[in-house]
Amino acid sequence: MGAVQSYRLRNQRKRWRIRAFRKRRELRAVSDRTNTIKTDDILLFSTLRNEKVRLPYFLKYYREQGVNHFLIVDNDSDDGSLEYLIKQPDVSVWYTRKSYKRSRFGVDWLNWLQMKYAHGHWSLVVDPDEFLIYPFCDTRPLRALTDWLDASSIKSFSAMLLDMYPKGRIDAQPYSEGQDPLEITSWFDSGNYMISKNPKFGNLWIQGGPRARKFFADKPEAAPALNKIPLVKWDRRYAYVSSTHMLLPRGLNLVYDEWGGEKASGVLLHTKFLDTFTTKAEEELERKQHYAASIEYKAYAESLAQNPDLWCKWSEKYINWRQLEILGLMSKGNWA
Amino acid sequence: MSGTMPMNGTMIDTGRGPVGIVMLVHTALDRAEQVARHWYAAGCPVVIHCDKNTPRGEYNAFRSALSDLPDILFAARHRCEWGTWGIVSATQEASELMLAQFPQVRHVYLASGSCLPLRPVEELITYLTDRPRTDFIESATTADVPWTVGGLDEERFTLRFPFSWKRQRHLFDRYVAIQRALRTKRRIPNGIIPHMGSQWWCLTRQTLSAILQDPERSTYDRFFRRVWIPDESYFQTLARQYSTNIESRSLTLSKFDFQGKPHIFYDDHLQLLRRSDCFVARKIWPHATLLFETFLEGKHGARERTEPNPGKIDRIFAKAVERRTRGRPGLYMHSRFPNQGWENGTTSEQYSIFQGFSDLFEDFEPWLAKATGAQVHGHLFAPNRVEYAGRQSIVGGALCDSAALRDYSPRAFLTSLIWNTRGEWQCFQFGPQDNQDLNWILARDPNAQISVISGAWAIPLFKSNRNFAEIRAEAAELQKIENTHLKVLRSPYSKARIRIWTMADFIESPMEPLQTIIDEIGHKTLRRLTEAPKMTDLTGFGQFLQNLKNQGMHPHLMGDFPVVQDPVGLQSKPRKPYLVQ
Repeated sequence: MGAVQSYRLRNQRKRWRIRAFRKRRELRAVSDRTNTIKTDDILLFSTLRNEKVRLPYFLKYYREQGVNHFLIVDNDSDDGSLEYLIKQPDVSVWYTRKSYKRSRFGVDWLNWLQMKYAHGHWSLVVDPDEFLIYPFCDTRPLRALTDWLDASSIKSFSAMLLDMYPKGRIDAQPYSEGQDPLEITSWFDSGNYMISKNPKFGNLWIQGGPRARKFFADKPEAAPALNKIPLVKWDRRYAYVSSTHMLLPRGLNLVYDEWGGEKASGVLLHTKFLDTFTTKAEEELERKQHYAASIEYKAYAESLAQNPDLWCKWSEKYINWRQLEILGLMSKGNWA
Repeated sequence: MSGTMPMNGTMIDTGRGPVGIVMLVHTALDRAEQVARHWYAAGCPVVIHCDKNTPRGEYNAFRSALSDLPDILFAARHRCEWGTWGIVSATQEASELMLAQFPQVRHVYLASGSCLPLRPVEELITYLTDRPRTDFIESATTADVPWTVGGLDEERFTLRFPFSWKRQRHLFDRYVAIQRALRTKRRIPNGIIPHMGSQWWCLTRQTLSAILQDPERSTYDRFFRRVWIPDESYFQTLARQYSTNIESRSLTLSKFDFQGKPHIFYDDHLQLLRRSDCFVARKIWPHATLLFETFLEGKHGARERTEPNPGKIDRIFAKAVERRTRGRPGLYMHSRFPNQGWENGTTSEQYSIFQGFSDLFEDFEPWLAKATGAQVHGHLFAPNRVEYAGRQSIVGGALCDSAALRDYSPRAFLTSLIWNTRGEWQCFQFGPQDNQDLNWILARDPNAQISVISGAWAIPLFKSNRNFAEIRAEAAELQKIENTHLKVLRSPYSKARIRIWTMADFIESPMEPLQTIIDEIGHKTLRRLTEAPKMTDLTGFGQFLQNLKNQGMHPHLMGDFPVVQDPVGLQSKPRKPYLVQ
């Protein structure tokens, strides 16, 4: 990488940070418990809208993994999400009515909160429908992972987004509050992913899975990105560029080995395709607040009307992280 | 002795046992306290050195927490940074204190705060008492061990390292480079031979005091002060000077990964640690409550004790290093995306590509499937759709038959297919009408078995009912493509097992090459092939080629076909499948 490009990226990083700083005014602290954050706490950041039904299990899942504090931006929910979050002792909530799209899909808001609160902490950025799986997550808490990453001088940890889906129509099994969504969306595609390298930011760009197969089989370039780097030992100089797909400085994106080895990595189980999805897709299409003029949601709406069964006879049923590791969807790396 | 601070004045209880523990601690002091109490309870005097980087408040709390135990001493604090001299001088001072204050101590065991005794301490004491003259210290010459990381082995001793590797990496690397360029070399004092090994040793009083009281000590100290990672070489080298009986292994189970940092043990290693029969293990994760409870609170079941046997643990960690450095061949994922040439295998398993066979033989796919038991696909790279075996629309790993998805990333398609079907040999048809993007990748892949009957693409044209002008144009195009492909296959960079026949050569004696190809495909049936695939009727093919030539398009890839009739081996009647013994 030349000095010029390096300089440009540096400027770009600064622009994102300034932008995040300006966008701070869009956030209003509704319940600020950040004074309870201790020096080595693991923090979770999330933006959400109308996810009340998912929240109880989401919080439970990450509490059990060992997240110490949740920092959440509520984007104008009207289903009681905000009220629910305010009652949680380990959650700080900010409210905004402003445009999700114009905050670059929540990235600006979270960049700001991370700049302010995550400096020096391990910071996990996930949506309420994403569940982190890492090696040994059934026997070791998240703190074991972050301690090991610290000891290995690793600053960022990747987790590919793995789309989970039910068998049968998406709306066939109703999801009830507090339920483990994996009981319904327990299937996934094990081996149809496509990877390329992004020369500018140095990150990998991954597409594939059921969404590419079902909704984008004839226009694969439009299929959604599945590469994510959700867990980062945050520094206030860092900035997410686009969702959690990539960061600056770009060294943080080098979460993969280029010389044949495997680095340790995890998976984000993406439980988007619950019965709540059909209504959500319609609503999001209406609001046009999603990426690339909601092209994804347009594609969903078209296909969903016809045959919303993502399951096929080669779908794999989720068992545990060891299964994912054997299938080559994640790796223990040199963590043993 | 400066800075030594016995807790109870100078007179020390000498009723303690023959094994003294020198403990180096810096974090997780609550665990360190637990471990110190455990050693103490078994009758071992303990001298603790706490890193000066540990905040004063924490240190004081730690000291006062242990103040109820008279024979736990604290040595003066040094700043210990990884890879620097501080750790050695801390060890020296703590050892001196141990030897001076506890005259009955025969063996000094160097441990850290994250070391955990796995067997009852009494067993360690008995073990050492049975071997009163033995020094347990891993110690090997630099030339003989592959441990070193980062290319610094002998240079650890011949270069100077005044800069911190952790904090001043740039300066560190620069200074090494400069010294290499200038070829400066330090003189190794008194002709000692540098040895290296695990930092965690157990030395006898005789050896240890000989090292510490050596009249030349200041010379050695001056030398090792600028050596890289002296804690892995100071005692290891000097013990060789004095010891009469070195057992070159560490009693502390400690595994290192490919970057030279220790592997960490967690609760889920409990059974492994139990079965290892090692005396002490490190490093233990401070929050591994189950391990501390089990091993410190004596919840072991009684079991037959043997010599330490960490074999299984060794294998697990060796595998982890292997995974991190070599990875699983043929796997592409979000934490393994090798640069070209570093894949350690482009694909995960062997597979076969057949070019021209399904044009020449009418029932080639079912025949091949029957003969080999392999999964036989059609043209996987066909322009309209992926022709999976049985023309399924989706196969293992949920790969679908969309040509657009496949062509978006042909390499991902191929490597995924081979990865998803591990354990089952894949065969597929290929031809010049298919997507050619992968030609180089396939040719360079040692897992690929590529068999080509060149020019066989002309057969479908020959059989087609199309206008000759069209046929001529397409033949020219296909010939050009196949020619390019053959050049790739014949290039010196090709690593696949490649066999190319012209069509004329092949049909002369088809069974022999078929037998060879099939023998290579896993399922070894020792029988010879009994059934040949049915060759298509080629009557008039020679004339067809001549017609192309007459039109100015020279088909050359199929070899020499007689113009008029009956190329050798072809009857004028449709031939029957024949048997070959």
